[in-house]
Amino acid sequence: MTMTTASTTGDVLEPRPDLVTVTIDGVETAVPKGTLIIRAAEQLGVAVPRFCDHPLLDPVANCRMCLIEVEGMPKPQPACAVTCSDGMVVKTQMTSPVADEAQRSVMEFLLINHPLDCPICDKGGECPLQNQAMTNGQGDTRFDGPKRTFPKPINLSAQVLLDRERCVSCARCTRFAEQIAGDPFIELLERGSQQQVGIAEDVPFNSYYSGNTIQICPVGALTSAMYRFRSRPFDLVSTPTACEHCASGCSLRTDSRRNAVMRRLASVDPEVNEEWNCDKGRFAFRYLESDVRLTTPMVRVDGELRPASWDEALVTAAAGLKAAAGKAGIITGGRLMVEDAYAYSVFARRALGTNDIDFRPQGSSAEEEQFLASRVAGAGLGPTYADLEKAPTVLLVAFEPEDESPIVLLRLRKAAKTGTQILSVAPAASRGLAKTNGTWIPAAPGAEPTVIAGLDENTVTALSQPGSVILVGQRAAVTAGLLSAVGRLADRTGAALGWVPRRAGDRGAVEAGVLPSLLPGGRPVADAAARVDTAAIWGVPEVPEAPGRDIPAMLAAIEGRELSALVVGGVRLDDLPADAEAALRATEFLVVLDTHAHGLVELANVVFPVAAAPEKAGTFINWEGRQRPSSQALRTNLMSDARVLAALAGELGVVGLDGDLARLRAQLGEFSGWEGVRVGSPDVAAATGEPGPGLLLATWRPLLEATVLQEGEPYLAATARGREVWLSAPESAALGATEGQLITVTSASGSVTAPLVVAETAEGTVVVTGDAHRVLGQSGERVQIAVEGQG
Amino acid sequence: MPSFLDPIAGFGVTFTTMFRKVTTEEYPEERKPMVPRFHGRHVLNRYSDGLERCIGCELCAWACPADAIYVEGAGNTDEERFSPGERYGRVYQINYLRCIFCGMCLEACPTRALTMGHEYELADNNRADLIFEKQDLLAPLSTGMVPPPHAMAPGTTERNYYAGEFDQPGTSDATDRGDEKP
Ligand code: SF4
Ligand code: SF4
Ligand code: SF4
Ligand code: SF4
Ligand code: FES
Repeated sequence: MTMTTASTTGDVLEPRPDLVTVTIDGVETAVPKGTLIIRAAEQLGVAVPRFCDHPLLDPVANCRMCLIEVEGMPKPQPACAVTCSDGMVVKTQMTSPVADEAQRSVMEFLLINHPLDCPICDKGGECPLQNQAMTNGQGDTRFDGPKRTFPKPINLSAQVLLDRERCVSCARCTRFAEQIAGDPFIELLERGSQQQVGIAEDVPFNSYYSGNTIQICPVGALTSAMYRFRSRPFDLVSTPTACEHCASGCSLRTDSRRNAVMRRLASVDPEVNEEWNCDKGRFAFRYLESDVRLTTPMVRVDGELRPASWDEALVTAAAGLKAAAGKAGIITGGRLMVEDAYAYSVFARRALGTNDIDFRPQGSSAEEEQFLASRVAGAGLGPTYADLEKAPTVLLVAFEPEDESPIVLLRLRKAAKTGTQILSVAPAASRGLAKTNGTWIPAAPGAEPTVIAGLDENTVTALSQPGSVILVGQRAAVTAGLLSAVGRLADRTGAALGWVPRRAGDRGAVEAGVLPSLLPGGRPVADAAARVDTAAIWGVPEVPEAPGRDIPAMLAAIEGRELSALVVGGVRLDDLPADAEAALRATEFLVVLDTHAHGLVELANVVFPVAAAPEKAGTFINWEGRQRPSSQALRTNLMSDARVLAALAGELGVVGLDGDLARLRAQLGEFSGWEGVRVGSPDVAAATGEPGPGLLLATWRPLLEATVLQEGEPYLAATARGREVWLSAPESAALGATEGQLITVTSASGSVTAPLVVAETAEGTVVVTGDAHRVLGQSGERVQIAVEGQG
Repeated sequence: MPSFLDPIAGFGVTFTTMFRKVTTEEYPEERKPMVPRFHGRHVLNRYSDGLERCIGCELCAWACPADAIYVEGAGNTDEERFSPGERYGRVYQINYLRCIFCGMCLEACPTRALTMGHEYELADNNRADLIFEKQDLLAPLSTGMVPPPHAMAPGTTERNYYAGEFDQPGTSDATDRGDEKP
């Protein structure tokens, strides 16, 4: 068998100079130079036992479990740390008594201080130590002294618990934290038998990626507070799912017991999340069992919302929508799977006969819509994670990967290690940027378009290198002219442009045409050919031509009595602009499709319960434009949004709307590859920043905060990062405040008091982190700051 | 070749049997003791202070060939302690419609929490009542036992319990299993 690095084209394997020939257990094989013996053996199907080795972490050879015999070397060598050289002859435990004896001795030694409390250990049943003690250990112990013990367990963070006596000091967790996550909050301390993983006092392991250490710990030393003692591997039914929490698009494994999710693990997907995911995706799933889950349809009768049968609810909803004929619109959230988003898109055009449909409750602009139509919708795959890894330069604009798309941060870190230069146009040099060794290009909120237009020659040259990438975050929508400037920069430099939304369903909604000016697959509503094409796929004579309204326009139209009914799917009241509630109250007929009862449901005339992501099959599309299929992990009586809409359309007398997943997918597939007219790039001028009193607020949504999807997770919530006020050194000095002092930041909508962090921030800007955006509002607001306790 | 004496020989059998010892068991009026290793209904044992031996490890459920056992573990806290150590069995069910009384579960139990008693009257007229819950299976409290939750004996840790200091001689845990017998 000959191994080469993956070659996508040739069938014929030519001898390559960078291959070396090794003989493992008498079988000769060629592997690329630099391959570790343990990997070469794997390729031949020989499993060398191991603990510390992990393909994505640098070798350390800490555990010594993988000792093998190499001809010509005096002592057994660790297979995980020695690379193959030409002509090397390796004997593993399969053929070498020396290697076998060495491994048995190491195992015996590891077990001397291991408590063997498997019956109360969460890893029991899926534990590499248990398994390898069976395959490569001996049945009995010769040790009868007292074992090393520690008081159990200690909290590395609210979520991650450490049983020190179980640790085999493999340093997987510490290497992960340092090399992959860049959060070196844990370290191997002490020496000899007292060696243990520890945290600095008062600095808990509050990494967004901490859950991965639990997954890769080869013993049960690291466990999670939320899964502790909850089940055994043989209880669990595993389902491959895609994460519903953000647009990174991680592949997850959802493990359920008796139809309740017990835990979620990162699945291996080399193209997307490799073997990692973030703690939100891993731990936030108890929302499924929330007390406020909707289970039955509800209908408002005499001002009172009361449970109703499906029939009654469908009839009532259909009657209300019929009464509002031509004056009904749709608002969806960004949490929908693409099939459901598509169903809304079709429902709007076919059942309601309107283009009034929008998925962007959390801040949008016409410029953004045009940007999405011209550069994102129907653009297919790319730029991808692999492109980031290979890129010479990556420019981030209005995007804080650690909070807004955590796997992008991991990839950027990986890229930075191999020389990718990371630049960020941002109001502050964040810690996430420091983790990617990035360069900060200061831009006060609102000034980003100017900064981008005026980027210096070096930066432009760097971005002009083939393979460079620009990533622009969803927040860019609220800064006038920013997306136009980014588009121009991409055109000027030839850099690939990626739009990174925050929520898992955002990209899918763009592709499905959940926008007033877009039909599915990037077809502009304004283009007659696109409408004809769409009508043909739907088998209808025509699709509505009149330009639609986006969310602010719909809300205004309600107040102006031009719209009287709304169908709202997967949107929470606090997603919407602050003044939306009044408009929604004024809506004559409000139909809500949702998983949980919340503020908006309270206003509805008819409520349909729908299945949450793990309760249905479907597809998310991540920021790359890649399909992330997800299987149904839990049984439920609830229907997907698409099925409810199909039933509702049937009630409205519109035939041919489908709720069937396979047919929805097939139809959606017909929309790919639009070659007709596209909407042109936006060209909006930057707003001229008016000098005003106080400072400009810069803020973004943190990964962890109190949202519906993170409900019921106290341990996860306890690892969320608190609010901080970041000010530059001169501004702190001007204020007379020092690091750690409490600062009050007041905006038009509220005020927040948090400790000061002296940081690098753009001139005239105050950054407030954590969930402060909930109180203070969006970036670009004018705020006042004061030191707490001083007038 | 039938002989004309055959009917008389038949009566002879009847006649001798009349003087044999009767083997009929007068169940249920009269109940015979079982052999010591009889596999009857399970018992979830306690330590001598009343704490439960079961740690909710699910090994019994794992070992069971009939999938008759369902266990959910949970963590003890200092305020609410059901067993020594960190973990206890919060939910424990044995489904006697499935159990084949093989005793594999006892072999698996690391704490000797689970043993089998001599009770065999396990019939009912509905399925639900044949799923025994933890409270149905737990050994009754004998003298000196305090129903959990309560703390471990002062000055002890779970190690004292696991070392046998709180075993119950004469009850259905360790000694009664017959391990010491040849
Ligand atoms: S806690 Fe686990 S992963 Fe970390 S060093 Fe110990 S055994 Fe390895
Ligand atoms: S990074 Fe995003 S997609 Fe991945 S697990 Fe976290 S929330 Fe889910
Ligand atoms: S006796 Fe056998 S069948 Fe019955 S519960 Fe135990 S292991 Fe299962
Ligand atoms: S009875 Fe024994 S084997 Fe079963 S859960 Fe309890 S301790 Fe574990
Ligand atoms: S796996 Fe090789 S030394 Fe640990």
